Amino acid sequence: MHFLKNRGFVHPQASDITPQGVYEGRRDLLKLLATGAAGATLAAWAGRDALAQTVRPNKLAALAGVRSALPGAITMEKLTPYADVTSYNNYYEFGTDKADPGRSAGSLKPRPWTVAIEGEVKKPKVYDLDELMKLATLEERVYRLRCVEGWSMVIPWVGYSLAELIKKVEPTGNAKYVEFVTLADKAQMPGLRSGVLDWPYVEGLRMDEAMNPLALLAFGLYGEVLPNQSGAPVRAVLPWKYGFKSGKSIVKIRFTDRLPQSSWMKANASEYGFYSNVNPAVDHPRWSQATERRIGEDGLFQKKRATQMFNGYEAQVGQLYTGMDLKKNF
Amino acid sequence: MNSTTMPTSAVPQRTASAKPKSLLLHPAAKVALFAVCLLPFAYLFYAAYANTLGPNPAEALIRKTGDWTLRFLCITLAITPLRTWVKQPALARFRRMLGLFSFFYVVLHFLSYAWLDMGFDIDAIVKDIPKRPFALVGFLALLLMIPLAATSFNRAIKALGAKRWQALHKSVYAIVLLGLLHFFWMKAAKNNFGEVAIYAVVIAVLLGWRVRQRFITKRAAALPAR
Repeated sequence: MHFLKNRGFVHPQASDITPQGVYEGRRDLLKLLATGAAGATLAAWAGRDALAQTVRPNKLAALAGVRSALPGAITMEKLTPYADVTSYNNYYEFGTDKADPGRSAGSLKPRPWTVAIEGEVKKPKVYDLDELMKLATLEERVYRLRCVEGWSMVIPWVGYSLAELIKKVEPTGNAKYVEFVTLADKAQMPGLRSGVLDWPYVEGLRMDEAMNPLALLAFGLYGEVLPNQSGAPVRAVLPWKYGFKSGKSIVKIRFTDRLPQSSWMKANASEYGFYSNVNPAVDHPRWSQATERRIGEDGLFQKKRATQMFNGYEAQVGQLYTGMDLKKNF
Repeated sequence: MNSTTMPTSAVPQRTASAKPKSLLLHPAAKVALFAVCLLPFAYLFYAAYANTLGPNPAEALIRKTGDWTLRFLCITLAITPLRTWVKQPALARFRRMLGLFSFFYVVLHFLSYAWLDMGFDIDAIVKDIPKRPFALVGFLALLLMIPLAATSFNRAIKALGAKRWQALHKSVYAIVLLGLLHFFWMKAAKNNFGEVAIYAVVIAVLLGWRVRQRFITKRAAALPAR
């Protein structure tokens, strides 16, 4: 019988072996547990496992990032498969169906690329993509992404905190908001012919939101450069806000003293507000935001999972909104 | 002698002069159509099992069963005009089955939503439907289809009487328009009206033909009265 066959010595998987440091420090760990201070230590330890699952899909050029040490930057949840991340996208410049960008974003040319920094800054500048990428250490961060439509993913991004760039360009005292302008080129983007939105796609943040270290300027995902349909070559990732707030293929970052009018606010101000923070208690006018379906993970007959306040990043960003009526400032 | 042979010889003469018997009248035609109408269901069932419905299979199932409901409604409504356009009155025998398949797909559509999206949580469904105008319109269309499906068998026609039965079944016009509005409203969120426009044109032609027929028969009835 096969299951009784002696297979000899079975080599353990690398991931099964307890790291020597952990093994040797087991007494300290027990002490920590006893004092209740183990939470943070264990989070970092388990984070290594989260990182271990990032296997390069070998589709695009490699872009490595060091594991982020920022609290909350690495969720231990199961990653959404690369195939799903790259075939289920809302990127209206390539069509409004979620299968459209994966099929038609091949026409986007992510290089050469420049990003203009304008407005209320002491050092306005047009950055070449390569220079922008070298501005700070690239980190790998595993964020939850919650779409306003009621689905979610877990994606390993590569990039650095937007704050790093903001500090370099030195905003003036008048800079209250940051506005992201994304590419709008009819030759590269077939979806621009439709009048769904006011092109170019514009999104914005309050300065303190933009300075929050979780706000990521991303250049890659899954250890490789961004696929076109995911917003190549550079995009924003704001994990506590609905996905549409994170502008893709950014060409301009403008600092202003006035509240930016985003494309979605112009299209439907009563449904899409400036903040658009993930909030299970504030429904979209046309549907509930209390639950979400995790793409590629929740089975067909599985109940949808509960959506978390600020998409689970309340500890990191909650203080930005203290005292605000989040029902009014949706 | 001649008088007795006449009728017998007339039989082969008549069949020879008449059009060849339509395949539509063949007893197997209904069975074949039944099988064809089940193909979308079979495909969706297989695709769900084989997990080939894309990254969000629940959403895909809900949308595709909705598409097929609208398609079957259009096909059902096309039978009457088609009978005159292609001169095939025999098509009428398929109308009931097609109408019932429209109902079959709308039930699948609703069940996919209630099960896959809402986990059969009645409380949540009751709260969700009125929240979304487009869902409410779709639900209304589903409710209107229930009496039609329930009165689709011969005994019901007899019990109601042809006139009342016909009057009741005229609500299919309201149903298809509600279905179109449901689809339009769903797509309106993304200003994506390409597909909606195709259904709108088809439904406009099918209903427009009926309005025109009515106008013609009314005028014909009015003429001799003058």
